[in-house]
Amino acid sequence: MDLRLPSKVLEHILSFVDSNEDRNSVSLVCKSWFETERRTRKRVIVRNCYAVTPEAVARRFPEMRSLTLKGKPHFADYNLVPDGWGGYAWPWIEAMAEKCPSLEELRLKRMVVTDECLEKIAASFKDFKVLVLTSCEGFSTDGLAAIAVACSNLRELELRECIVEDLGGDWLSYFPETLTSLVSLDFSCLDSEVKLSDLERLVSRSPNLKSLKLNRAVSLDALGSLLRLAPQLVELGTGSFSDKLDQEAVSKLSQAFSEMKELKSLSGLWDVLPEYIPLLYSVCPGLTSLNLSYATVQMPDLLELLTRCSNLQKLWVMDLIEDKGLEVVASSCKELRELRVFPSGAEGLNDTNVAMTEQGLVSVSEGCPNLESVLYFCVQFTNAAMVTIARNRPNLKCFRLCVMEPFAPDHKTQKPLDEGFKAIVERCKDLQRLSVSGLLTDKAFEYIGTHGKKLRMLSIAFAGDSDLMLHHLLSGCESLNKLEIRDCPFGDTALVANAAKLETMRSLWMSSCCVSFGACKLLSQKMPKLNVEVIDEHPLETRPDSSPVERIYIYRTLAGPRLDMPEFVWTIQKNPEIGVSHLAIK
Amino acid sequence: MSPEEELQSNVSVASSTRNIVGVLKEHNYLGLSDCSSVGSSNLSGLADDDKATISLKATELTLGLPGSQSPARDTELNSLGPAKLDEKLFFPLLPSKDEICPSSQKNIASGNKRGFADTMDKVPVYTEKNWMFPEAVVATQSVIKKEVAQNIPKGKLSTTNNSSSPPAAKAQIVGWPPVRSYRKNTLATTCKNSDEVDGKPGSGPLFVKVSMDGAPYLRKVDLRSYTNYGELSAALEKMFTTFTLGQCGTSGATGKDVRNETKLKDLLNGKDYVLTYEDKDGDWMLVGDFSWEIFIGVCKKLKIMKGCDAIGLAAAPAPRAMEKSKMRA
Repeated sequence: MDLRLPSKVLEHILSFVDSNEDRNSVSLVCKSWFETERRTRKRVIVRNCYAVTPEAVARRFPEMRSLTLKGKPHFADYNLVPDGWGGYAWPWIEAMAEKCPSLEELRLKRMVVTDECLEKIAASFKDFKVLVLTSCEGFSTDGLAAIAVACSNLRELELRECIVEDLGGDWLSYFPETLTSLVSLDFSCLDSEVKLSDLERLVSRSPNLKSLKLNRAVSLDALGSLLRLAPQLVELGTGSFSDKLDQEAVSKLSQAFSEMKELKSLSGLWDVLPEYIPLLYSVCPGLTSLNLSYATVQMPDLLELLTRCSNLQKLWVMDLIEDKGLEVVASSCKELRELRVFPSGAEGLNDTNVAMTEQGLVSVSEGCPNLESVLYFCVQFTNAAMVTIARNRPNLKCFRLCVMEPFAPDHKTQKPLDEGFKAIVERCKDLQRLSVSGLLTDKAFEYIGTHGKKLRMLSIAFAGDSDLMLHHLLSGCESLNKLEIRDCPFGDTALVANAAKLETMRSLWMSSCCVSFGACKLLSQKMPKLNVEVIDEHPLETRPDSSPVERIYIYRTLAGPRLDMPEFVWTIQKNPEIGVSHLAIK
Repeated sequence: MSPEEELQSNVSVASSTRNIVGVLKEHNYLGLSDCSSVGSSNLSGLADDDKATISLKATELTLGLPGSQSPARDTELNSLGPAKLDEKLFFPLLPSKDEICPSSQKNIASGNKRGFADTMDKVPVYTEKNWMFPEAVVATQSVIKKEVAQNIPKGKLSTTNNSSSPPAAKAQIVGWPPVRSYRKNTLATTCKNSDEVDGKPGSGPLFVKVSMDGAPYLRKVDLRSYTNYGELSAALEKMFTTFTLGQCGTSGATGKDVRNETKLKDLLNGKDYVLTYEDKDGDWMLVGDFSWEIFIGVCKKLKIMKGCDAIGLAAAPAPRAMEKSKMRA
């Protein structure tokens, strides 16, 4: 008796399975399940573009409609990856254009996207709907024009913190009058002014527009007219909030804001003047997300705003909020889930008395029962504060603390911050992401290795005493997926001894540590399923094996060594004498 | 590679790392570990057969691959015994406690720490471009790293309030603090449109810290949000009112608000307090000598000082400074 499910039935069942994690499990059951699953997967996510070839992905998932790709390692955000390292979108776009012309959605993060890429997308995918580029670079506004003019069913065009060569605001005018399908438009990272009349017309013929994020060049006056055309917006990123308006314009703008009954997310607010903050009061109670991280508004002007945001779930601010402001958040924003506090300026090494301290975060941890994700930049911290935070919030999933002074101890006891982080990993059993900072000895990492069983991503800088630190982490953290380390004093032994662990992880980044060239070579030889990349701007051919390398990036891959490596990236497959050049890389 | 070859290459790497380690011994501020080894030959104070010492065998490069047997394995070691690691990779349970660094190493660490002289004055400009020559990379790298560490030694960093000595040239570390370059650039760039409307020159916000003698914490002001000294003065008065009112209280003034406000103005604009700033060279000067535009270009920090403390300060030739000891309106 054939007990197998007919594939049509299985297909139908799988149409309800959305999560790729579940689909990956389904595909491991047996060959026929693998086949059915792969033929029905529509949304494909590749979190390391070099882990697999575009052709292999296209072959496996012929019905792909949505592709998400990530390129450079996370530390590229902080200029630790030299330009030209890689992460090119072109091979993927070219392969998909040929093999999956029904592709509708492309989401790229930390990749190099050129105008040719954008033109190819515009020309190849007839039903293209969604383009989301996050932290990408390499293209100009001409490429955007190509997308605008050709993609007649475009729904989403979002540029999030991209570095774009801005040749002017004309690109917006290329959206044809026939385009009425726009749901989301984000051009907040562009500099040039777009033609207001074109923008207004675009907005008024887009009844489905839910998300609009303007750039800084859009004036406050223009905002008023746009809001009147799109009161249905759910997400709004304003432009500059600092023009001097006359009384009539102000009251019109206030009226426009009060008409926006659906607004849930507010961002932008560049240069916001304190006298305009009351304009926002009417939308505050409905907000679930507020991004003030570019709004240079100080206390006490912030207070009135925050007390009204009783439904806020996500708050991004600068440290101008001070401890006082965070206390107000703790008492007013009881639904808060995510808090990010960014530094407002270059912090000096000698500040003990700043108005934002560890106390701010402690207050929020006490007052906000749903707080699960924290990113906190602070000049200094204490163990006691972390112990309190951990006790208050064992439900933390993401805890990223950046004590801005390297090697800063607990500023009250002068001890390392080991005990504080111990409390965090011990209490917060579901912690998945952790960034540590301040003065830390090997003990801290012993604790993390012992308790951080669900930790998937860990970021470390200027910490630890020895190789034991790395050993604790690689041998203890069972769920570890991404590990990134800079400026820590260890190297070969722990790395080499835990080599097999590296195949269970997505990637490992180590820069300015003491990993020797010889260890890299050894790892490369022994671990063929890993790409061991040595990224070093000084020539390697004359290096003795014992000399440390500047950076290593190790990731598991099915694709083998990549073919687009620049001169300053060495792998075992490259001949070191030929592959590395003397020229300094700009 | 056959096991024998592997051992050979292991030993040769280990011995060359030991050579480097010898060179670096002096600079190791913890004395525990160094770049290429797990603190073996650096623990010069210990006897060779001290079990607490991580032996040289632990520094051999071997891979913790399933099934591979390193001939030099010593299961009695309280450290990274490769055999133990092999098993652990197969059976990833809690890390066994015996493998974790014993406390004796911590004693060594603190002992060595005490031996180090303060080298707090030397702060190198710490960028990757400093590592010029491959041969010297090892030495330079750890020296630079350790110097940075020594410059901010544990617990010894001077974090005194209102320190009037100019801070040493700050160590410029690439990519630290970890703020996205997009964010850094955006906060610093010109806002073209709003400049035209407001008539303000220059770029985005310019935050400087303001401290006041006797105040419990610092505040920050955005110098670009003011157009002259008068606006700055008014804003500072507002900000620091609470502290000066407190001072009025202790010096015997009554509690009436009106009286206190007047007193405050006198305090800030008159005899008792002066506003000073730290310029690009680290010198403390009296505010008011330069035009506003020049001032915001050079001001790095502000401090509201007691008048008596500010006597020694001068912006320029003394007579001018004496005349300008009050803030300009």
